[in-house]
Amino acid sequence: MRALAPQAVRSLSRHGVLLALVALVAFGFVRYENFLGSYNVLSVLRYNAMFALVALGMAYVIMTGGIDLSVGSTAALGSVVSALLSPYGVLPGLLGGVAAGLAVGLVNALVITRLNILPFIATLATMLAASGCALLLAGNQSVSVSYESGFTELGQGDLLGFPVPAWIAALAYVAGSLALNLTAWGRTVLAVGGNEDATRMMGLPAERVKASTYLLSGGLSGLAGVILAAQFGAGQPIEGVGWELFAIASVVVGGTLLTGGVGSVGSTLAGVLLLGLIFNILNFENGLGWISLSAYWQSVIRGAFLLLVVAIQARLTARTEAAS
Amino acid sequence: MAEIAAPARPASRSLRFDWKRFLSRYGALVALVLLILFNLAVTPNFATWQTLNVNLTQVCAIVIVGVGMTLVIATGGIDLSVGSLMAIAGALAPLIFMGRIVSMPHLYAGVALAFVIPVLVAGAFGWFNGWLITRLRIQPIIATLVLFIAGRGIAQVMTNGNLQVFKVEEFQYIGLGRLFAVPFQAVLMGVIVIGAAWTLRRTVFGRQILAIGGNERAARLSGVPVVSVKRRVYAISGLLSGIAGLIVIARNSASDANLVGLGMELDAIAAVAVGGTLLTGGRATIVGTLLGALIIQLVRYTLLANGVPDAAALVVKAAIIVLAVWLQRQNLS
Repeated sequence: MRALAPQAVRSLSRHGVLLALVALVAFGFVRYENFLGSYNVLSVLRYNAMFALVALGMAYVIMTGGIDLSVGSTAALGSVVSALLSPYGVLPGLLGGVAAGLAVGLVNALVITRLNILPFIATLATMLAASGCALLLAGNQSVSVSYESGFTELGQGDLLGFPVPAWIAALAYVAGSLALNLTAWGRTVLAVGGNEDATRMMGLPAERVKASTYLLSGGLSGLAGVILAAQFGAGQPIEGVGWELFAIASVVVGGTLLTGGVGSVGSTLAGVLLLGLIFNILNFENGLGWISLSAYWQSVIRGAFLLLVVAIQARLTARTEAAS
Repeated sequence: MAEIAAPARPASRSLRFDWKRFLSRYGALVALVLLILFNLAVTPNFATWQTLNVNLTQVCAIVIVGVGMTLVIATGGIDLSVGSLMAIAGALAPLIFMGRIVSMPHLYAGVALAFVIPVLVAGAFGWFNGWLITRLRIQPIIATLVLFIAGRGIAQVMTNGNLQVFKVEEFQYIGLGRLFAVPFQAVLMGVIVIGAAWTLRRTVFGRQILAIGGNERAARLSGVPVVSVKRRVYAISGLLSGIAGLIVIARNSASDANLVGLGMELDAIAAVAVGGTLLTGGRATIVGTLLGALIIQLVRYTLLANGVPDAAALVVKAAIIVLAVWLQRQNLS
């Protein structure tokens, strides 16, 4: 049997997620009425925007060969801070949440690059710390946001017929994709993930670029927290549990290798939408009344889906290695 | 070709007391002793049976899961699925002894099966993790992420997300019973810790685990059955998670698939890290994990008993983890 050429394998694992997404959308369109209706599409986009932001930061971190487990509790912290600042207006709420996220990202960056501690452990620790700070600031309960200042528009509002959170996520992804593909920074991110020592020896600022990805991941998680607070009308210190693993799953489904060095921003977005749509389709399927699957099936199906994708990815990588 | 000799170590180094090395080796024990002394001086009613019991029962499940996690990490892997496997075992056991799956002819038969089957099922899932890692060559963090996500879902689907409340003394002995005034779960924990520590030190299997973690390629080339050792290690982690799941539901007299074992993977990893096991594999200490779990629990207790909110304890816990791992690195460099 002729082995697939490495190039073909790579493009398959990168575009496979897009094919799967198109197939899933087509399936939904044929099977359910109103699946592609504006109400459903817009609410899926609105709800998944915050996950998309978190996954974008995670994608950069994973491309450098690291991992960020703190994103969920950072988002929770961001939501609490922005809710506390929301009476002062939209901008203070927004900036406060992002700043809280950046602060967590800065701690991650310093602990990982200065103390040389494994990203896995460093971000595990900040995950606990951020969660503790969120609970302390919020006094162990959810913090209601101000409805007078217009802060909730960030989550519930529309702009040109499109949900505001979706605009924010779309902007972030466009900027993120450009930064990865067209700037020296983006190339260095991938170089660090490919071979950190070689990158350093070539004189590229490996440490600084690594640190910047954790800052970015923190800031984007904080932003996701702002949207969370604005969308649900409250800063929620105990939200965000398991977000990190959902984000990692999205990134992996999007074809980014966990070992670093290979990745794409667009495919990450496809990964987020794919995992998000599974829940949506489950709802529609229940609506048809043929079967009745509880919401609990969602995570079983997501897990099975993740398994399928990584199994295929593992096979493809093994073949590439065998071929080269 | 000219060889460049490595610079010789300064001789004075061995004479001076190397406090970093000392701390990284015995730091966990020192920290635990200091904590106990501090509590004896400051916390009222610290030196009582009740305090000991409270802390022991809080820590048992973490230690039991942590032992499995130590073995997994010793091979250079990680197991994120432990909390979800606890939920599966915890959801399955009441279904069995309450006769929801097949009606039980006799209470004791039901209870016996409720001990055996959930633990075996959790072990089988653990073996599945090992299979994914060795057969499909998926990285441990991703392979076990699958069951982290799907496992809790399976537990929720089994129980339809409902809380299962029960009062079956025979079953709850594992969480509430006492053996010579010592909580049975603490005895169980002790047996598991001693058994695992002995396995790691004195058996071929234990040495193979460390060899794989130290250098997998070298281990394979020197004839260590890497695949089967890894599968067994993940299966053991699953079995122990199952036992911990049973303890937790027995203690609560209720099983909630949404909550049993939630966040346990992080607690267990933290205990392992604080205990001094090398997170990249190859060097592991079971007793260290026990000490690590005790330290984390005792810090939390100390803060709570002295009026510091639980949330602040999380921040302290984070600082301890970073400090412990940082000290460990000092020993290596």
